[in-house]
Amino acid sequence: MSALIQLKNVKKTYKRGKESITIFDGLNLTIEQGDFVAIMGPSGSGKTTLLNLLGGTDRSDSGEINFDGERIDGYNEGQLAGWRARSVGFIFQFYNLMPVLNAAQNVELPLMLTKLSAGKRRANVETALKIVGLWDRAKHRPKELSGGQQQRVAIARAIVSDPKFLLCDEPTGDLDRNTANDILGTLQQLNQEMGKTIVMVTHDPEAARFAKRTLHLDKGVFAEVTQ
Amino acid sequence: MSLLNQTGSVIAMNVRSIPQRLWMSLATVGSIALVVAVLLGFLALANGFNQTLKGSGAPDVAIALRDGSGSELNSVVSREQIDLLGQGPGVRAGPDGRPLISAELVLIVDGIKKSTATKANMPLRGIGPNGLLVRPQAKITQGRMFAPGSNEIVVGAGLLREFSGFELGKTLRFGAQTWKVVGVFEAPGTVFESELWADAPVIQSLFNRGSTFQTARVGLTSPAAMPAFVKYVKDEQRLQLKAQSEQTYFADQAERSGLLIKYFGWPLGIIMAIGALAGALNTMYASVSSRAAEIATLRVIGFSGFSAFIGTMVEALVLSALGALVGVAICAMGFNGLSASTLGAGFTQVAFRLQIGPDIITQAVTLALIIGLIGGIFPGLRASQQRPLLALAT
Repeated sequence: MSALIQLKNVKKTYKRGKESITIFDGLNLTIEQGDFVAIMGPSGSGKTTLLNLLGGTDRSDSGEINFDGERIDGYNEGQLAGWRARSVGFIFQFYNLMPVLNAAQNVELPLMLTKLSAGKRRANVETALKIVGLWDRAKHRPKELSGGQQQRVAIARAIVSDPKFLLCDEPTGDLDRNTANDILGTLQQLNQEMGKTIVMVTHDPEAARFAKRTLHLDKGVFAEVTQ
Repeated sequence: MSLLNQTGSVIAMNVRSIPQRLWMSLATVGSIALVVAVLLGFLALANGFNQTLKGSGAPDVAIALRDGSGSELNSVVSREQIDLLGQGPGVRAGPDGRPLISAELVLIVDGIKKSTATKANMPLRGIGPNGLLVRPQAKITQGRMFAPGSNEIVVGAGLLREFSGFELGKTLRFGAQTWKVVGVFEAPGTVFESELWADAPVIQSLFNRGSTFQTARVGLTSPAAMPAFVKYVKDEQRLQLKAQSEQTYFADQAERSGLLIKYFGWPLGIIMAIGALAGALNTMYASVSSRAAEIATLRVIGFSGFSAFIGTMVEALVLSALGALVGVAICAMGFNGLSASTLGAGFTQVAFRLQIGPDIITQAVTLALIIGLIGGIFPGLRASQQRPLLALAT
């Protein structure tokens, strides 16, 4: 297996008023192709910052971030937006679907950033919705779907442009146990059958069990690794 | 292509989400509609007034006034001057073979305005047999023309609409004399419709005007004859008059009086527009903040800040265009063709109809779109600066 993501000696500091808060001071992390990693840790441990750095929605102060051989830490906003659109599928705790769009239109959004024709886009949307088992709900608006169904639509949106990497922020934090397990099962399937590399931030030890390994983050340091 | 696609998607989402902010959006549409309706009302007023004055003048009729007089009321023209005018170049002959000149005088009399039940000034014009010949657009539509030498008057249809007591058959009292209304005339779209007409010699004698007139309207063979005739009047030392085409005369008056209405309408429109702009900004900022999570999500997915900016701009422009549409509709249904009267040149009432035309609609709609544009720019910039942080998206 080769590394998909590598963080080398990453430093990140935030300014809050006059005070500067160091989140990471030399963080190192390697995530292999096809891995499914759960990241756990208490509030304030740096989980969200890590997520933003891995997802290219925030920049490190120093250090290297490599993705599939591509060094992304020097990218500007526009380059990062392009990289995100190509390489990362995002899954959020509260699904973040557009309420005025139906399921198919929501799933189609990332494809609007590509040069695909309308016909090809429709075909990809159909495939993605069939993978999550919601093709029959393609015309439904988010408010006409249950929480679990909405998260499935969000997963379809994350995979529709076939990115290598899925980044999940508490994907089951808003769902009941059974529905959560269904969603986690789907993520596991995407990892095992389609080879997606997944990083999932979660508070839920049950959810972490679906991952191949769990990293515990505390005060900006990986304290413990559980296989 | 991708930029076009993503911008199109964001625009569609913004516009489709307007119903989620229904009341706020409606308030914006309403305030912009009000601005457009008020401005359009004033412009229609100025437009109708201008059209009426401009429509009053014929290009082949010269109007001669005492040199230095701005209007008919403060001019004096004698019988001798009128004879001299008849010797000018290009003067058309009347049916009697003599020069077609209508020597006229104008007096101000009182009338009761229907809308306010208050007294207002109106012109009583003394004309001769050539009066109708130099105004081919004027036609007696009810009753008959006054008989020469009698205390009879005919009344303009516009004046009849705006003032009470001038109906056909009524007897009126001006000065020490009583007058009988024997006819109604129409001269569509001209100031003459706001006048009373009577026999010039009768007015001269009853109002102690001797043998003087105030203006002479001279019929020329064609508009092309105008410059030579104007030059003749200017150069003829015995005349001491100033001639110009009737069309130019009324166009000048329209400009002076129309500007007054216009310069009142625009400042009022702009003050109201500033109010509407505050509302539009408020609505659009609310729109941006209510969609903060959506915008952040789109930015995380890879959508550009530019698409968020354009989406917000288009939403503001759609709201302002809707407002403009409603404003124009209100005005078209409520004001267009409405008759009104106001002080014209010479302190007499001019009756006219409000006229909404493409020009003034364009002006009012432009103002509405400017409100939308400014109302969209700043919230749009805020939307475009929304950082694609996951924390914001969740």
